[in-house]
Amino acid sequence: MLKVEGLTGGYHDASVVKDVSLHVGKGEVLGILGPNGSGKSTLLKMISGVLPLKAGTVELDSQPIETYTSKELARHMAVLPQLHAHAFSYTVRDTISLGRYPHQSGFFSSWSETDEQAIQDAMRLTDVKMYEHVYLDRLSGGEQQRVFVAQALAQQAKVLLLDEPTNHLDIAHQQQLLDTIRMQATKNGLTIISVFHDMNLASLYCDRLLLMEDGEVKIIGEPHAVLKQKQLESVYKARVRSHPHPEQPKPQITLLPNLSELQGEHIIKKDHFAVSNEYVVLQASFPLKTVSSAVVNPGFGWFRTFVNRHVDATYECDDSTKEMFDYLQAKGFSTTDTVGMMTAVQTNHVVIEEYVGTFGSLIIAVTAGVGNAVDVSKAFEREDEPYVGTINTWIIVNGKLSDEAFIQAMITATEAKTKALQNEDVRDSITNTLATGTSTDSLLVAATQKGELLPYAGPITELGKFIGRGVFECTTLAIKRYKVAKGM
Amino acid sequence: MSKTWFAYVASVFVLIAAMLVGVTVGSVSIPVQVLWNPNMDEAASNILWNIRMPRVVLAGLVGASLAIAGAAFQGLLKNPLADPYTLGVSSGASVGAVVTLFFGISVPFLGLFTLPVFSMLGAFLTMVTVMSFAKLIDRAMKMETIILTGIIFSSFLGSVISLMISLSGEELRQIIGWLLGSVSMRGWPYVTMALPFMSIGFLLLWLNRRELNALVFGEERAKHLGVNVKRRKMMILTGGSILTGAAVAVSGTIGFVGLVVPHMTRMLWGSDHRHVLPLSFINGASLLIICDLVSRTIISPSELPIGVITAFIGAPVFAFIFWKQRRKAGA
Repeated sequence: MLKVEGLTGGYHDASVVKDVSLHVGKGEVLGILGPNGSGKSTLLKMISGVLPLKAGTVELDSQPIETYTSKELARHMAVLPQLHAHAFSYTVRDTISLGRYPHQSGFFSSWSETDEQAIQDAMRLTDVKMYEHVYLDRLSGGEQQRVFVAQALAQQAKVLLLDEPTNHLDIAHQQQLLDTIRMQATKNGLTIISVFHDMNLASLYCDRLLLMEDGEVKIIGEPHAVLKQKQLESVYKARVRSHPHPEQPKPQITLLPNLSELQGEHIIKKDHFAVSNEYVVLQASFPLKTVSSAVVNPGFGWFRTFVNRHVDATYECDDSTKEMFDYLQAKGFSTTDTVGMMTAVQTNHVVIEEYVGTFGSLIIAVTAGVGNAVDVSKAFEREDEPYVGTINTWIIVNGKLSDEAFIQAMITATEAKTKALQNEDVRDSITNTLATGTSTDSLLVAATQKGELLPYAGPITELGKFIGRGVFECTTLAIKRYKVAKGM
Repeated sequence: MSKTWFAYVASVFVLIAAMLVGVTVGSVSIPVQVLWNPNMDEAASNILWNIRMPRVVLAGLVGASLAIAGAAFQGLLKNPLADPYTLGVSSGASVGAVVTLFFGISVPFLGLFTLPVFSMLGAFLTMVTVMSFAKLIDRAMKMETIILTGIIFSSFLGSVISLMISLSGEELRQIIGWLLGSVSMRGWPYVTMALPFMSIGFLLLWLNRRELNALVFGEERAKHLGVNVKRRKMMILTGGSILTGAAVAVSGTIGFVGLVVPHMTRMLWGSDHRHVLPLSFINGASLLIICDLVSRTIISPSELPIGVITAFIGAPVFAFIFWKQRRKAGA
């Protein structure tokens, strides 16, 4: 559709863009990224024919762009530049109607049915129909931007060039506008090249990305190949981290700030835990990076408060998350800063132990009830509903864990727990085989993320050894306390 | 749509009323019936058709030309303060005229038209120079470059005029009279002289009414919308300078018409150049006919130069637009 070969040029004598080649197919969305001054907008201006080329060619539909007349070009290629202020005000309708200019000819150039249809469609797609007769200067920057998108769509060109289309827009309108444009590409085969400032939006909406550095192409490819940590750090000279988008198979980039270390001790100790009949609570003075299968705030996150709450064995609730949420709120815990678990075990039977290694220390806290013990390998034979009766395990590490270490810590802890159950001869009441856990066990690994990096937590790493031993010891003791309490 | 129709009906009505008042009111009051019944009063009919009517028509044509040229320049320069004078075209025309008077140039076959033709020539030469200079500075001929170049040239040409006034002896009064502008004692030959040029100028601008709408959003945007910017810009500037040159040629420098009329038109009926251009044309004619009427009746039997009246209205409007624009820009 659009082919650019060896493009070189810029303003006056300086070549801002050097030897850029790219090819965009029908229905494809290409995003142009790069630091300020890397030549993104200049490249777009050269492709759109506003700036002269010093070398290279731009071909649209296999035909050099210079061979098109002004109107022909506008029928094939629409451009949405960055928004500027203007002296005179038109109505939204008049502004969008200008998009039909290249389709009109003749002395009086009358307004046709097709013209009307085109602007009505454009207004509908960009959601500006309600402003049709409003003057442009009465609209907010975001609304004006949508009007200009409508103007570009009204041109009904097959290629659309955009320069930071989401400038001035709040996230709802960013989403709406980019969804609309993306839909035009997917459904109607519109070819789109857009300069983006925001790498994350570019990643979400583009098929391919072009990363520019000093006017040259650093790399062109799919988002996962372009948005690589090392590459971005070298081009942007900033610390970033790449992580997956929660819904889309696209990478997202997060800035890592260079903040000086906060003052004060950042160590969790055993006596930071408080135990009562109602709950076990750990209140840290700073957030810990946490991964858990808790009821409230599960998954990855940063939290300061950790609650393991005792509930009656007959506890039954349709929406236990909401009930737990309300409970935490009633007890004065911040629901956005607290990880909450439940257990039917008496919370004052909790076993809390501290282990000190060369890397730092860790604290393990376990509440265990085995009335609902299950042999996971035979679980497919059971048909009963799960009920309360659970082993909750917390591992708090004074150290800096990698993502792998968090996962390995969970594996190691689970294996140690299973071993403890085996040692205590806890059996699945239905199959009468050795139990591997209970039906509703929960696990939490939290780390202070201070100090040296602990990349792994497998069974024979130092951290893994402490986790294995500690979880085994604490679980064993917790099961013994449970048995005593139940008179077993 | 009805609003637009009303704009045209109202404007034409005002123009007809202005013309009727213009031809009947004066040192000698003439009954309006003389217009269609010349036998009623031969002397009055003579005054009406040979003195008042050409004066009114000329005032109307000059006003219309300056107003439409102003509207076009404002759209092109995206600057509501622009009018024919910003580009130096008016000063160029004046220099052409003043040079003719100063050196007493008389080209035999041009005769009476020596002055108007030289004044148009001045306008064109200035235009070409301003454009070439602007292009020399900035190949893309950005708006800002053109405005600045226009200011440089009109300052320079203004001092050329001042120099010639200082050097001149008995021609002084005549030149000053020229500079203040007037449509009196011109007669039909001036109307027939100006009309073809003004028609060409009007046509050139009217052909670019939609392009002007696009150009208001900037040259780059207009280009993206399919406007052949360089050619269209040249057409608009040429049309505007023909109109200005022709107007200055027959009436001298009459300021602010090109500023006031388009501004009022936009305020009342919006900025769409498809209507701003023709409406400015009609209302520009009305305004100058009325101004001329005032200029020859207010201190009768003496006559005030018409430029004094237009400046009297125009300068405050200029200040008002300036204030409004600055406030809009948040400065």
